[in-house]
Amino acid sequence: MSTIFQDLVDTLRKSTLHFADTKKLMNTLNIIVTIKQVPDTAEVRIDPKTNSLMREGVPSIINPEDRNALEAALALREAHDGTVTALSMGPPQARDALEEALCMGADLAVLLSDRAFAGADTLITAFTLSRAIMKIAKYDLILCGRQAIDGDTAQVGPQIAGFLDLPQVTYAEGLELKKGGSLIVQRGLEDSNQWVQVKLPALITVTGRINHPRYPNLYNVADSCDDAKIKIWTAKDLQLPQAMLGLGASPTTVKKIFEPDRKMKGEMIPGDERQMAEALITKLKEMHVI
Amino acid sequence: MIQLVPEKCIGCKLCVKACLFGGIAVDGKVPRLTDSCTGCGACVDVCRVEAIIASGEKTGPVCDFAAYKGIWVFAEQHAGKLHSVTLELLGKARELADARSAEVTAVLLGSGIAALDGELFRHGADRVLLTDAPFLANYRTAPYERIVARLICEHKPEVILIGATTTGRDLAPRLANRLRTGLTADCTGLEIGPEGGLLQTRPAFGGNIMATIATPNHRPQMATVRPGVMQARLFENKKGETVRIAVSEEPGDGLVQILKTLAREKSSVSLEKAEVIVSGGRGMGEPKNFKLLENLAGLLSGEVGASRAAVDLGWMPHDHQVGQTGKTVKPRIYIACGISGAVQHLAGMQSSDIIIAINRDPAAPIFQAATFGMVGDALKIIPELISQLNANT
Repeated sequence: MSTIFQDLVDTLRKSTLHFADTKKLMNTLNIIVTIKQVPDTAEVRIDPKTNSLMREGVPSIINPEDRNALEAALALREAHDGTVTALSMGPPQARDALEEALCMGADLAVLLSDRAFAGADTLITAFTLSRAIMKIAKYDLILCGRQAIDGDTAQVGPQIAGFLDLPQVTYAEGLELKKGGSLIVQRGLEDSNQWVQVKLPALITVTGRINHPRYPNLYNVADSCDDAKIKIWTAKDLQLPQAMLGLGASPTTVKKIFEPDRKMKGEMIPGDERQMAEALITKLKEMHVI
Repeated sequence: MIQLVPEKCIGCKLCVKACLFGGIAVDGKVPRLTDSCTGCGACVDVCRVEAIIASGEKTGPVCDFAAYKGIWVFAEQHAGKLHSVTLELLGKARELADARSAEVTAVLLGSGIAALDGELFRHGADRVLLTDAPFLANYRTAPYERIVARLICEHKPEVILIGATTTGRDLAPRLANRLRTGLTADCTGLEIGPEGGLLQTRPAFGGNIMATIATPNHRPQMATVRPGVMQARLFENKKGETVRIAVSEEPGDGLVQILKTLAREKSSVSLEKAEVIVSGGRGMGEPKNFKLLENLAGLLSGEVGASRAAVDLGWMPHDHQVGQTGKTVKPRIYIACGISGAVQHLAGMQSSDIIIAINRDPAAPIFQAATFGMVGDALKIIPELISQLNANT
């Protein structure tokens, strides 16, 4: 799906086709959605011979819960008017994710891309994104996916809120805008649902249960190819020195990466189905566990 | 070095709020650094108008490592009952503290919870920092963040462990942000390295690789751990010291108001407590085949689990999911049927006493974790197990 979509975008980008932007931007609710481009971890496999990660050919996708955040933003905009800006940080190819966000209906996209940003841990990633949000300046609401499938940390959203000194609501499964600039958020906790009211501006992280994201709309493909709709900002645009960025500024460092323990410790039970079942039951009885 | 550009200051005082040390003051629109400034740059990070800039190397919070001592556990409680992860973390904290010849401190916030200190001591705490106030009855980010951050600044612990629950994962990143320090999520291994630092091991990349992470130049070192990963330990008759901390509510605490909390309908599955779990994955072929697993689980007085693949396909509800993004389980017997054994699944069940794997693919990684492996079709082997177990009883 993603590849077909990308081919279409590429074709259109090469063509001279451009439509006038007819979308009226009303400044009632300005929403920023953070988007991370991630490898589709469901597709990652371990090479059985070398026991190493096979990344080649693994498709990149918009992190699933970021897609939920974008859907929530688009739904709010449709109900109340306003703008949706998709914000991402990553290598130049992360532009693909933002093009897809524009196709889904985002009005604008900003990509933070600079070698200086590379290797940032969650704290410094959140710091860099928060500086971009300060530069965007006009926002009422920041929506983030709860966590990304490649790291599962769920830290960047709250840390952005920390840098911007915003109230946060995590684990959102429902959003409702109230008159007077506050939001009722339904949170999904371990064994309960909680409803909270938060005054905007605020940052909300959403889970996959909040909605079913729409598919990219082909009518928006022209938008997604419009360079004016995707801004690329570097460290210089954010006026940040290298010392505050990337790996060097990050408090955490990866000491080592290793394959999980896959040592064979058990025994294989041979035979046909009946024999296997019989042997297993005998063994479990001998061990007094059944 | 922090440099001020007074002519740019708009007097918003965000820097004053961000500073944990009282290192900056703003009079009207005139900022000034006080003697307490540590050069950490937290004020630089929050200034929107470039009135504060860092020149040269940004030093980060002062890291006089010798000043940081002790292992802390954030004691999570709900309605006066300690969360199991708190007791598990205390067990780990005890081990780390012994390795560092340091004390274990539990930080307990809530309302009417003073009596919980004994339970914290018996699970390994030497000291409890207790803040007991009505406005802390239910967890809210702002007051909890403010109070715990202040305690950390005052007491300077070397390590802080927090449960990776919805509460812990809401609080921990805010604390790490305030303290400008590192935080490692969902650690499965924690140990003191040769240089005395905390080595934090966690699965990454969907659980396909493990990474060991350190926080070499910042203190405190912070980690979250999922429930069920560490072992609680019991120290009968152990006592400790309880220190009461007086706190008061602040205006920012009310930006998020809890309207209501409703218990969800109790899930009938309780995988964490099950003695036997029969789990199914994509290899079960279709959802109706999970009925077989239910029958087998019923015979063994167990529960039915599922892999992420099976849950993503909609074959089983999420509360049955075992693995990194599901539940971490430790039953006596875990039977994996048609589950290939991605590391994220293994991370959730590999501490089970006996692991039985049934899979058609002899090269499936699940066999590497199995006590007993059977290569074959789960849809044929399970009915065979069911009929033989029935015949036996």
